[in-house]
Amino acid sequence: MKFTCLSKGGGFHFPPCHMLSVSGFRILLDCPLDLSSLAIFSPVPIALEAHESLETDSVVRKKQKIEKTLDANDLVCAEPWYKTVKSLHLWDASFIDVILISSPTGLLGLPFLTRTKDFSAKIYVTEAAARIGQLMMEDLVSMHMELRQFYGPEDSSFLQWMRWEGLEVLPSELKKIASGTDCEELGAWMPLYSAVDVKDCMRKVQTLKYAEEACYNGTLVIKAFSSGLEIGTCNWTINGPKRNIAYISSSIFVSTHAMDFNFLGLQGNDLIIFSDFSTLDTTENMENDNTYCDPVTSSNASDDLYNLEEIAASLLKDDESMEEMEKLAFICTCAFDSVRAGGSVLVPIDRLGIVLCLLEQMSLLLESSSLKVPIYIISSVAEELLAFTNIIPEWLCKQRQEKLFSGEPLFAHVKLIKERKIHVFPAVHSVELLTNWQEPCVVFCPHWSLRLGPVVHLLRYWCSDPNSLLILESGDDANLALLPFKPMAMKVLQCSFLSGISLQKVQPLLKALQPKLLLFPKDLRCKIQISEANTIIHYSENETLCMPSSKESTEIDIATDLASQFHWKTLKQETVTRLDGELFMDQGKHRLLSGFRQADSKQHRPLLHWGSPDLKRLLTELSKMGITGTLKKNMDSAESKNAAGIIDIDDPEKALIDVRETGTVIITADENLASHIFKAIDIVLDGI
Amino acid sequence: MAIDCLVLGAGQEVGKSCMVVSINGKRIMFDCGMHMGYTDSRRYPDFSLISKTGDFDNALTCVIVTHFHLDHIGALPYFTEVCGYKGPIYMTYPTKALAPLMLEDYRKNMDRRGEDEQFTSDHIAECMKKVIPVNLKQTVQVDKDLQIRAYYAGHVIGAAMFYAKVGDAAMVYTGDYNMTPDRHLGAAQIDRLQLDLLITESTYATTIRDSRYGREREFLKAVHNCVAAGGKVLIPTFALGRAQELCILLEDYWERMNLKVPIYFSAGLTIQANMYYKMLINWTSQKIKETYATHNAFDFKNVRNFDRSLINAPGPCVLFATPGMIVGGFSLKVFMQWAPSENNLVTLPGYCVAGTIGHKLMSGKLTKIDLDKDTQINVRCQIHQLSFSPHTDAKGIMDLVKFLSPKHAILVHGEKPKMATLKERIQSELGIQCYCPANNETVTIPSTHYVKADASGTFIRSCLNPNFKFSTCSSTDKSYLDSNKSKAVSRLSVSDDRATEGILVVEKGKKAKVIHQDEFLHMLGEKKHEIQFAYCFPMHMARTEDLSSTSHMLCSFDKCTLISRLSMILSDELSEGNILDLGEELQVESFRVSVCSSDNCPHRLSSSLQNGSESVFFCCHWSVADEKLAWKIISIMKNSTL
Repeated sequence: MKFTCLSKGGGFHFPPCHMLSVSGFRILLDCPLDLSSLAIFSPVPIALEAHESLETDSVVRKKQKIEKTLDANDLVCAEPWYKTVKSLHLWDASFIDVILISSPTGLLGLPFLTRTKDFSAKIYVTEAAARIGQLMMEDLVSMHMELRQFYGPEDSSFLQWMRWEGLEVLPSELKKIASGTDCEELGAWMPLYSAVDVKDCMRKVQTLKYAEEACYNGTLVIKAFSSGLEIGTCNWTINGPKRNIAYISSSIFVSTHAMDFNFLGLQGNDLIIFSDFSTLDTTENMENDNTYCDPVTSSNASDDLYNLEEIAASLLKDDESMEEMEKLAFICTCAFDSVRAGGSVLVPIDRLGIVLCLLEQMSLLLESSSLKVPIYIISSVAEELLAFTNIIPEWLCKQRQEKLFSGEPLFAHVKLIKERKIHVFPAVHSVELLTNWQEPCVVFCPHWSLRLGPVVHLLRYWCSDPNSLLILESGDDANLALLPFKPMAMKVLQCSFLSGISLQKVQPLLKALQPKLLLFPKDLRCKIQISEANTIIHYSENETLCMPSSKESTEIDIATDLASQFHWKTLKQETVTRLDGELFMDQGKHRLLSGFRQADSKQHRPLLHWGSPDLKRLLTELSKMGITGTLKKNMDSAESKNAAGIIDIDDPEKALIDVRETGTVIITADENLASHIFKAIDIVLDGI
Repeated sequence: MAIDCLVLGAGQEVGKSCMVVSINGKRIMFDCGMHMGYTDSRRYPDFSLISKTGDFDNALTCVIVTHFHLDHIGALPYFTEVCGYKGPIYMTYPTKALAPLMLEDYRKNMDRRGEDEQFTSDHIAECMKKVIPVNLKQTVQVDKDLQIRAYYAGHVIGAAMFYAKVGDAAMVYTGDYNMTPDRHLGAAQIDRLQLDLLITESTYATTIRDSRYGREREFLKAVHNCVAAGGKVLIPTFALGRAQELCILLEDYWERMNLKVPIYFSAGLTIQANMYYKMLINWTSQKIKETYATHNAFDFKNVRNFDRSLINAPGPCVLFATPGMIVGGFSLKVFMQWAPSENNLVTLPGYCVAGTIGHKLMSGKLTKIDLDKDTQINVRCQIHQLSFSPHTDAKGIMDLVKFLSPKHAILVHGEKPKMATLKERIQSELGIQCYCPANNETVTIPSTHYVKADASGTFIRSCLNPNFKFSTCSSTDKSYLDSNKSKAVSRLSVSDDRATEGILVVEKGKKAKVIHQDEFLHMLGEKKHEIQFAYCFPMHMARTEDLSSTSHMLCSFDKCTLISRLSMILSDELSEGNILDLGEELQVESFRVSVCSSDNCPHRLSSSLQNGSESVFFCCHWSVADEKLAWKIISIMKNSTL
């Protein structure tokens, strides 16, 4: 088995990407897009002068500016390209056998792969992740088209900004995003796929339900288990004939909307690939390097827990989800304060579950007050997405499922849309929006690094209004993302949401899962020390790890009804038998079942003999059968000890038996006699 | 090593489906239904047969319910709340959501009939709390050994067939299913599984149905004609299933024909049920699923709630009223008002139990119905009977049994004589052992079991390479010989003896091992001793050829001609084996023959020496595996002339 981490990703919107080789099959885990790098591009310019920023005279102006702080004119003013996982291009897509997608965001880069020639991999995605991912891609494509209309059809020449001259004039900050530290990431940029590519990609996807067994090639049994991060996100188990693997992506134990992290489903696997990098991003909680190992010592408390139920109970304590709900409540009160002061609120957040919960809480809050503030959702796919979230009770958390059983809608937005408290529009320029528009208001729209779609127009509109509020998910790139809208009078609320397993819970989780072998990110090593696994291998980006197989031989299941028909033979120490029936490979198991042939048609006969026959014994055996013969000659008795000779048979028919060291030839014209002689030889020889 | 099936209900009858299956130490109850035809203790399965002491928690591993019909779930609240079963219960999401509606509706009706109450509203709620919902194809690990999985069954929303596996033994219990899609549900779907046992329903064990399209059109025409003439249409249905299906049908027709006549749902459960259907759209047919975002098919545009005051309002309308079969309640009330007018229409969807008004209406033309001593209803309205059913027909059952090819099959949920016919068909046409046990009987069948062995890499690798042998065997099947009808059926048979190259070695105190035969001798430290057969004999030559008298000096060219001529003879006469012409040698499997020019060939038997001028010697050798073939070839050669 081989494992290569292609990318450790960057937070919720850019999940990690790995390549795995099991039982001779190559498996790609996730295929994301680095959307944050979209921020180096300028959004649609408002005035014409901005369009000329890449003219040669402006280049000189730019060069002088390098040392200054970044401003909006530094951004690349061109049709955006998209950054994929850079190391993925070093692999031949046609050699990938299986692709496992753990989340909707892990699907965004897939059309780049599926449109390559000779692509033939089987893609497994959970039903819900596939649908949400598809809608996200459709939105991305249509928002990109909107931007493209501004730039016009692409000229065939190589992109200006990607040329050396173009890169040279980029400020170092942007250059690093564009080309990496050593220019090695330049190849990762791709022009966006088309709507046809997306459709084509989705056609190649095989959707799964949670815990549905998918059997690839009869060898690998692949199952998805809920990870709790978002609706439809999952962790994987891959069971092959020689190894059982569990892949843990970013997971949340108790979710406010999605089905909880089903860690019990991952039990019984000897290898765990831990790929939750979410704690890497939450460094602000522990600034000081020296305290990094603290959580480990504090986790000693959990050492007292020995049985599984206790560990499970401690993992499922919903303190985290309580904290999340409090965060949401805080966001709602901030938004409420803002609209009360007459300012509008813009919420460009791309986490479906968070948006759905915010919608519920915010409308509750607004309803309880006398304020008549409308909530708008502006996105080309919002209508479909909202409708979809209400027909998937099987993918939601327990509380939401209870709503199904009591006959209520799963999410409140269905009712709110009907009551016209929430309005859904496909775009900012749609007629219904213009006629309904009313301020102050609360607007939800997709994020797309604040470069594409309705968010750009709304930010431009509100950025100078000190009463308005922007609610953003925090990240390192927020500063760059907001650059085109500076100076901003608008208030900005940055919030971070839980997006993975917290450090304190890693240790008890591994204790519950008991892996023999653990693959753990090197980057997290200093944050936590793990004592649970028998062996820990640390991995880092672009380093291939080889793991010897744990089992030497393959196990084979033999049906007992077949085994009872075997003809056993006892040798010195062992009993042996020749196999029969047909060998099947199914669900990663070798099975020997009785074939369809009738048993009587096949007479049992040894096919393989060894040793050398004793000629005297052979003569006696023959005479027992009524066959008489004489030992004609010993071929040079000195050379051959006892085994060589010719037996001449005259009764009942003429026949010769030519016995040599390595073989015997029976020469006769009579079929019956031949088989009798064979039987006699079979008696004096060992055979099977 | 055996599977025991205790039939507690639906054995040779329809009603109170309940089957307790013991596999490898696990005991599963499939369905827990009630019989609608009885009001005494016979209405429930005889649970005392499961456990004399009433300790059901230890007697059963889990309960699985396939769908929300009362004959499959009706006894569940009684079993959990009154009998005290507290173990796990599994059903699909829609079944869990909709079952309480069905149970509650039944309970209310029961109150009206004045029977003693068997379970309360609280019982239903408490019972449903214990239910663990499952999704289709989700593999649920009930405990360490027992695995269950639901497959789509059509029939009603959320209906599922359940697969259960314990150790090496596996089975499927179908519940009710439909192999053809209808207006709102898809057809049953299942994987090809290795099964020891299949328990299938057999409601329509002998019926073959034609397409439902014609019958749907008939129904729509009848309704349209009635409302066009200003009449009122009464459709008495139960709340779930049929009502939604017909409503989709009508809604679609209304849109197409641009009809404005109102469609009403009686203020029963149906509007509430539509709420559930809207959320469970993923469990309906593909066509309905695809359109959910723009228009949810269960968002009926033309459907309104019915108010009692509208019963005698003028103008045409269509009304869905509960309960079905006109057993009483609101549908009876409306029927009493509408039946006397010949303009009106009563459409009876599906089966009506004997004794109900629905049954009386179906059984023939009548003008008067005596409700009780004092009330008599004049029936002048038109009666239309709908004949589509959500059950599979005989062909569907046979298709499913054939597709799954289980080792054994059990038929339940059907009528005894028809089941016997189907049983015969399954045994004779598919060669599958089949049973149709009566209630409270137990059927025991053997189950699969595997022994484990380690296989060597060489053996596994050799098994990866196909090793096909093609042979056209002129079938001399024993069956034909016995019946003196020795038909010479020539068919190509493909055999693959990969597995026979393996050798199983068992040593004391060690795990059994499978190795390839090539490795075997090495393991023993012995040398292979090959036993071969050989025979060198003359073959007649046709005199026409001017062959030189010194036949032993045949040049290689002549040898080749002789061999190719022999090859032609053999390919004419020999029905099996693959003849390879290798120039100076001919090969059929391990049998090799070549022209022998040596006078003292060791494979010649002196007595067979004949006059050499008209014949040529052929030297043959072969190994034991192809013994039969070899002698066949030799006899062909001896009897023909080159």
